[in-house]
This record gives sequence, structure tokens and C-alpha cells, in this order.
Amino acid sequence: MNPDGITAAVGESRPRVEGRLKVTGSAHYVADLPMPNLAHGWMVTATVSHGRIRDIDATDALAMPGVLGVLDHRNARRLNPDVAHHFGPDRSLPMLQHEVIEYAGRPIALVVAETPEQARAAAAALRVTYDAEPHDIEFSMNHPAVRPASTLFGPEADTGDLEAELAASAVVVDEVYHTPEESHSALEPHVATAWWEDGHLHALDSNQGPFGISQVMASLFLIDPERVHIRAEHVGGGFGAKTVCGAQIILAAMAAEHFQRPVRVALTRRQVFLATGSRPPTEQRVRIGADADGRLRAVHHHAAFALSPLAEYIEWCTEQARTLYAAPAIRTELSAVPLNLLPPCSMRGPGAAPGSFAFESAVDEVAERLQIDPLQLRLLNQPVVSPVSGRPFSTRRLVQCFQEGARRFGWAQRDHRPRVRREGNLLVGTGVAAVAFIAGVFPSAATITAEADGTFSVRVGATDIGTGARTALIAVAADALGVGTERIHLHIGDSDIGPAAGAGGSRGTTSCAFAIIETAKALREKLVDPARPVTASVDTTPLINWQPDEERYTYSAVFAEVTVDPATGEVRVRRLLGMFAVGRVINPLLARSQLIGGMIGGLSMALHEESVRDPITGRLVTADFAGYHISAHADVPNVEADFVVDYEPQDPSGFNGLGEIGNAGTAAAIANAVWHATGTRHRTLPISLGRVIEPAAAHDHPGAVSVA
Amino acid sequence: MSDDTRSEIALRVNDETFRLAVDNRRTLLDALREDLNLTGAKKGCDHGQCGACTVLVDGQRVVSCLTLAVAADGAAVTTIEGLADDGELRPIQEAFIRLDGFQCGFCTPGQICSAVGMLAEHAAGWPSAVTRDDSPQRAQELTEEEVRERMSGNLCRCSAYPSIVRAILEASAREAVAG
Ligand code: FES
Ligand code: FES
Repeated sequence: MNPDGITAAVGESRPRVEGRLKVTGSAHYVADLPMPNLAHGWMVTATVSHGRIRDIDATDALAMPGVLGVLDHRNARRLNPDVAHHFGPDRSLPMLQHEVIEYAGRPIALVVAETPEQARAAAAALRVTYDAEPHDIEFSMNHPAVRPASTLFGPEADTGDLEAELAASAVVVDEVYHTPEESHSALEPHVATAWWEDGHLHALDSNQGPFGISQVMASLFLIDPERVHIRAEHVGGGFGAKTVCGAQIILAAMAAEHFQRPVRVALTRRQVFLATGSRPPTEQRVRIGADADGRLRAVHHHAAFALSPLAEYIEWCTEQARTLYAAPAIRTELSAVPLNLLPPCSMRGPGAAPGSFAFESAVDEVAERLQIDPLQLRLLNQPVVSPVSGRPFSTRRLVQCFQEGARRFGWAQRDHRPRVRREGNLLVGTGVAAVAFIAGVFPSAATITAEADGTFSVRVGATDIGTGARTALIAVAADALGVGTERIHLHIGDSDIGPAAGAGGSRGTTSCAFAIIETAKALREKLVDPARPVTASVDTTPLINWQPDEERYTYSAVFAEVTVDPATGEVRVRRLLGMFAVGRVINPLLARSQLIGGMIGGLSMALHEESVRDPITGRLVTADFAGYHISAHADVPNVEADFVVDYEPQDPSGFNGLGEIGNAGTAAAIANAVWHATGTRHRTLPISLGRVIEPAAAHDHPGAVSVA
Repeated sequence: MSDDTRSEIALRVNDETFRLAVDNRRTLLDALREDLNLTGAKKGCDHGQCGACTVLVDGQRVVSCLTLAVAADGAAVTTIEGLADDGELRPIQEAFIRLDGFQCGFCTPGQICSAVGMLAEHAAGWPSAVTRDDSPQRAQELTEEEVRERMSGNLCRCSAYPSIVRAILEASAREAVAG
């Protein structure tokens, strides 16, 4: 109980505060908000992967009803060529500046008209011609253009004598794993409405962090950041794709300025696939050496990913190898291959999801070769301190995740030999995988006003893209102020509120909670004076310890059971259980939803998702939900997620983020289960029908019938 | 634009009749959203692949992005905004909130409208691909498997699927008890 005699809100399962709005159709997303005098922009994208625009002939388009004009590189306003984003200078952001095309899907024009139908029809009437040049989309870690990846996240690991430890190992696994280009596919397509007023840019934009986007837009348009005002109240999912300053807001702002009226740019689903970022394909070589008893001696993880020459990016696949298990020698390497591809951006569990698939598959292969329980192998190699840095962990409850998960899943009954369980025509198998996901906070600012009526207005630049941030932060504020949640009025999703972590990096809610708690402390000191309203503001920038003595991670152990029909190649997940150590949980109901959603994202990655490009044109051929399959209801079994008791000492309230860890370990657990079911190791995602199907002679299942 | 590209239509939406002059290319989804300001139905793909735009037309679920507004002339349309009765939530809406059958909420109007239509189809004895005994006299049990199969046209990228299924089953059981 807090001083007002109210039960603490943190730790309680409470439904979403905006739940009623969402089930009645009254939660307004960007495209739902009307705007007087609105014009509609239709984006046109490049159909070649590399080359130059020869001409854009708009004669017919301009003569069509309702058309206001066409923006392209010849008449668009100039943008800052030196603009920077998350990973440094980003040449993909200045759009419509020149005729050079570096990837298919690059926005090359915007047709603006009175109605969306008119804009769309006119866009179809544009005649674009190109001088195509040879393109290169063939990704491989041996590509001649391969280079070391950016070390913005710190140096790669190199401890011990790798080759000597490998040579001394009883078994060595040395395998190569592949994951494809993938698309975030948030259900709300990217959309923005922009308008200018007295030299100020206003925009409603579907993004994951309006403050960060406002800074980039200010730099891009070379205006004072104080003159950019961006709001994102309800956002229909993001998964990383809306952490970047998107084509929709850049083009809408350019057009609104050009045509002197509000402009909405709503991307089509196809354009979302073509032009808004992807998870890059990866190729990863993992070498692990172990003693006969399963003790690891050497770990080597070399991962390569594709990117665009337009902007730096990091798919940090090598993180698991440096922290999950102890070994005397650990080396990681990360390489990047610039290609004519859509610039990648972080997608749920960036680095960790593809990295864990490769690494935790390889660990499973060690157990396979030694014929020992893969769970025991993992327990045997738990580090006491960080195996690379030697620093202690702030909290590390992975063993508890393994043990509790194994108990609930019934792991003890598992026969560890592959291809021994059958049910009729089906092969059945189980698998496990672990993940460590880096945790922390980003600087954020909050303002709280104690109002005369006894309520508190809490302002923080968080975004709720479905994470439950709104509900969680109200609970945090109520406890920090010692009042009931009904006295909290929370304002989020507005760049004017001030700097705040976006909903990304699993840090949005933890960062904003930290800011609210510190602000509440400052406010309570002022509340001795009875005059109201009273306001306090705190920016956590100086409070963050960037060099903590301990390493900070969240952990999970995921268990999967699959059935495989060798005659059709169909893999179905029958059970999925995740045990998580994610600090103190603010709202178990919502946290579970987020973790389960992440695990299903991992299921989807394991079995379904693959962006396919035509090698001849370099264009994406899977640019819709028929071509790019994401898990649907019928693919998804009952999924269970639960928590082990945990508390993060580096956070004043014990919190850690959990937005991405659900996704990260699941693909490996499913891949390991498929091996257990079939005896075949799948080292390439997705594990789709064509890869699993066995020739009739091989699958020797009793129910096979020959069809005339 | 010349007159032959527009048509006068009447739509009965959530028990209110509207007369509209629509562009013949206008979909029912755009007519609801842009002309009637009923923005509950969402545009997730605009070509029938995600279900976010699902509404009920004469009681049956349709993807409104693949329905031309002119083709719905004279029909009775129910959208998510029209499901609650005088502000009182239906059991399925209440169950979505309580069981957390969503995250971002963008697919939710479509999931709920689709579920209402799906439950009516099931009650009318329509079989699905997983119905084992589809003889007409036989009352089919609404299992988790049936719900998953019948709801597979409604994608949820946040993947709230398990709690959506639970909310639908619970609401259907409650409505059965209430008669
Ligand atoms: S918007 Fe109609 S099915 Fe996707
Ligand atoms: S709740 Fe986000 S798509 Fe379903």
C-alpha cells in the first residue's frame, strides 16, 4: 500500500487504458484524423534496382481531373544532403534530390491530387524511363565488397586462443546458417499528414518516437528543431520499421510546403514492402569446440549481413556468442555487404533474432554430436561473469528460466535421439533455445504538474505502438506519486513534450518510467508548498551511468514442440513455452501479450517469412501478404509466456524492457525441434515446405498410400 | 470529373441511412472512412489479404476494401462503431479488453466484426475446412481449432492470436448461456 492507502499499481494485471477506444473503433490512428483542405499524395517508386531516371513525363498525369501537381527531383525543394540518423550519415533520407537510383522501391515522385483515387490514377499515368545499370543483389559473406561492420556498438570479442582451443576440442561444429530478407509488416501502413504554419512544420505520423523523428526532420529541412511538431498518438504497430524517419512524412512535408496546403501520404501495403525498411539477409558461420563431457572450449561466430551503400546499419548477430555461455576462447566478427537493396532497419530483436537462430542451432549441434541432452549442455556452460569482459552480470536468471521451463514443458521425459517419436504420419520433436537481450535506458525527459483539482498531468514523449506503454506508465506514475491511477492524466506521442526514448531497443517504457519516477521525486519535494498548480521537470540524461560496472541483459528460455509431415513438408508448432527473466514486471497481462506476440513473430520467422527478389530485376516479388506469409490464426497454437522472479539492480524500480526478447529465441527453439522430429538440421530460414519435404522412399511412414 | 464517373447511392450504416454521390472507383471502405467519417474499419492492405477492413453487409462479413461502394447500394452495413448498443459493449468487445485480445489495436475492429459474422455462420451450420462432421443436422462444437480456421483471414501482426481466440470463445459461450 502506498501512503494514500492505495494498492500499488505496478505489478498488477490491468487491461489497457485505451482498450475501450480500440474495441469500438474510436482510437484514432493517423489516417483516421480528418483535416480540412487536405490534398492526397501518391508515392511513385523506382522499378529498377540501379541506374538513373532518364525522364518522368507527367503531361498526361497533369491533365487528369483533380491533379494538383507532381513532385520529383527536378522541382522538389532541396534537402540537407548531410542528414544523419541512428547509425550516422543517411543518404537514403534526402528524397527526390537527383536522378540516381540505388534500389528498386526508391521513392522517385509524388503525385498530389484532391482525392486519393485521382492521385492514384494520375500516378499510374506517369511515364518514367530509366537508364538502367547493372545491379548487384546477390548477398554472400564471401562477396568481394564485404567489409567490417560499423563498430558503433563496441568492438567485437576476441579472448583466448581460438585455434588452439578448437584443436584441443573433442568435437567441433563448423556450420553456416542463412536467414532471408524479412519485412516488419506492421498492420498499419506508414502514413503521415503534414502542414506548415508560419514556418513551423506540423505532422501526424505513424512512427515509434516523434521526438527523434522531429530532430531528423529539422535537420533534413534545415529548420530549427523547435519549429517541428510531430504527433503519434495511436500507432498500428511498428516492430522497428517506424523507428526511422519514413518516406511518408518526408514527402508529405515537401508536398505540403510546395502546394501550400495539408497533404497526406498514405503508403500502400505494397509500398510498405518496397520502401520502408527490412531485416537484412544474413549468412553466419559458427564454429564451436567442446570437450567430450560437453564443456565448451571455443566459440567463433562470424556473421555477415547486407546493407545499402546509402546508410550505415548494424545487424548485431554476434551478441549471443559473447555472453550466453562460458568458454576459454571466444571470437566474434561482424561483416557488412553493400548491395542494391532497400536500406535495412532494426526489426524486432535486431541481430539477436537471426543471430540466436544460428548460434543456438550450433549449440544444439554440439549436443547432437555428443549425444547429450541439449538442455544439460546449456546448463553446464553457464558463465559466472561475462565470459568476454570479465564483468559481473547485474542479474542473470537464465538458469531459473531453463529449469522452470523444463519442468512445465515436461522436458525430463524427452528421448534425446532424433526421429523417434511418431504419431500416425507425423514426426514429433521438441527443442529449446536461450537468448540474452541487452537492456538499458536512453535519456528521456518528463514533466509532471500537480493540478489544483488533485490530479496530475504527466507528460513524457513515449509512444504506444501496442506495447502497453500508456497503461504501464500510468501505473508507474501513480505509484511514484502515491496516488490511484485515476488521478493520472498521461500525455504521450508528441515531440513537443521533449526528448524521450522511442518505442525501440526494448527501452521505451523503461526509459520513460525512469524519467517519470525522477520527476515525481522532484515534484514531491515541491509539494510541501500548498499552492497549485506546481510543476517539475527532469531530464534523465545526466543520471544515466553509461559505464556501469555490471553487464545488463534480459533472458529467456523458449521450448517448442513441432509436428512434421515428411510427405508434405509441413511443420506445425504444437506447443510453445517461453520463460522470461525481464526484471520486475509492470503489468503481467500486457507483458505476457507482448512476449507471446514476440514468440509468434519468431514462429513466423522460423516457418513462413521470406522476402524473395527476382535476380534479373532485383525487385521484390513478395510485396503483399499473399507472397509474404506472416503467421495467421491457424498457424498459431496456444502459446504460453511466464516470468521468473527477477529484479534489475541498475534500475531504481527493478525494471527492464521486454519488447523484443520474445521474438529472439523462438526460431532457434523451433529449428531445434524440427531436427529432433526429423533428424535433419535446417540451417536456412524459413523452414518451409519445400525444404522439409522428403522423397517418398525416405519417409517410410506407415500411412503412405500410392495415388494412381 | 464528368457525371458518368460518379453514382448516387444509399447506404444504411449502423441503422442510419446516408445518400452519397461517390466516385465509381470508391471502395466501401473508403466511402465509410472518407465520406462518412467512420474510421473504425482500417485499411491494412487494400486488397483483401488482411481483414482489417472487415464489416458486416446484410449481416455477413465482407472485406470492405474489395467491395465497391456502388455495389453496396441499398445494403445495411454494420461497422465496429455500430456494434455497441447505446454505448453498452457487446460481450465480445468486453472480452477483448479484459483478456487483452490486441496490442496496437489496428486489426481489432476487423477481428471483432469478423468474429461476429463468423459466429453467425457457425450458428447457421456452415462448415469450415476443419469441420469433421458437416452433416447439416449436426450441431458443431465451436472449438479453438474451428475459431482459428475461421478467423484466419484476419491477420494480427502484433500476434494477439491466442487471446483473440480466447475472447471469441468466451463471448460465444456467454451469449449461448444468455440465449
Ligand atoms: S484492408 Fe481489406 S483486407 Fe486488408
Ligand atoms: S493488435 Fe496490432 S495488428 Fe492486431
